[in-house]
Amino acid sequence: MKTLRMEGDCMEHTNEERLKKEFQDMVKRSAPSSNFLKDCLAAFVVGGLICVIGQFVMNFFINMGIPKEEVGYYVATIMVFLGAFLTGIGVYDNIGKFAGAGSIVPITGFSNSIVAPAMEFKREGFVFGVGAKMFVIAGPVLVYGISSSVIVGIIYYIMNLFK
Amino acid sequence: MDYLRAFIVGGTICLIGQILMDKTSLTPARILVSFVTAGVILGALGIYDPIFEYGKAGASVPLPGFGYALAKGTIKEVQQNGLIGAFTGGIKATSAGIAAAIFFGYLMAIIFNPKAKS
Repeated sequence: MKTLRMEGDCMEHTNEERLKKEFQDMVKRSAPSSNFLKDCLAAFVVGGLICVIGQFVMNFFINMGIPKEEVGYYVATIMVFLGAFLTGIGVYDNIGKFAGAGSIVPITGFSNSIVAPAMEFKREGFVFGVGAKMFVIAGPVLVYGISSSVIVGIIYYIMNLFK
Repeated sequence: MDYLRAFIVGGTICLIGQILMDKTSLTPARILVSFVTAGVILGALGIYDPIFEYGKAGASVPLPGFGYALAKGTIKEVQQNGLIGAFTGGIKATSAGIAAAIFFGYLMAIIFNPKAKS
């Protein structure tokens, strides 16, 4: 069973909790066959298939003669494009409803996390709407990813000093 | 064979994400952040190398692969250019993905409108 873990940073009050609980109950009722194992299978299959597409793109560019060190650029660009485009035409959200983490964890999910809020907040303008809201989720990902890589670099540098 | 490996490795990484989402009620945003950071740490420790060698796109397409590229790029750049590499290497290695995400993300958000929720 899902347990609601309280997270220290949120302003949850009882009302919100009640709504959350009602929503979860509703989700459970409306999808009686949906269970943990099914979620896992869907995530595994869809996530795996997205990676198979990535592998296809990788093999395609390797066969075109792109050097191995650079082929990652091509794969990332194409996959990000696909994720953004499928989100734009409304297909990716439908995949996400079925696949859960299978559509969130691949890099296509990263571009989905940019396009979805950017579209949603377009009415707030092109600077504070689209320009700012596209980083609601992608921003933290970049902040923690890049910051931790800088720390790794500094540690690596210091370790080499003492070799 | 590439495809089968990519499927299994990529699928397994997503499966771990799904288990975390179902069992810990971590939000998708937190999953993304922790997977990228985990990729950086696993990359720095050299643990992700064999996973990448085996799974190829199955390891590079999921978000830990993004963190892995950040860590590998940083280390390579520190080896070549010293301390400044800690600041240049990560983004260099992931530049295509980041620029594509910003550019295509912006473009698609401008072109398309969200579907009316039924």
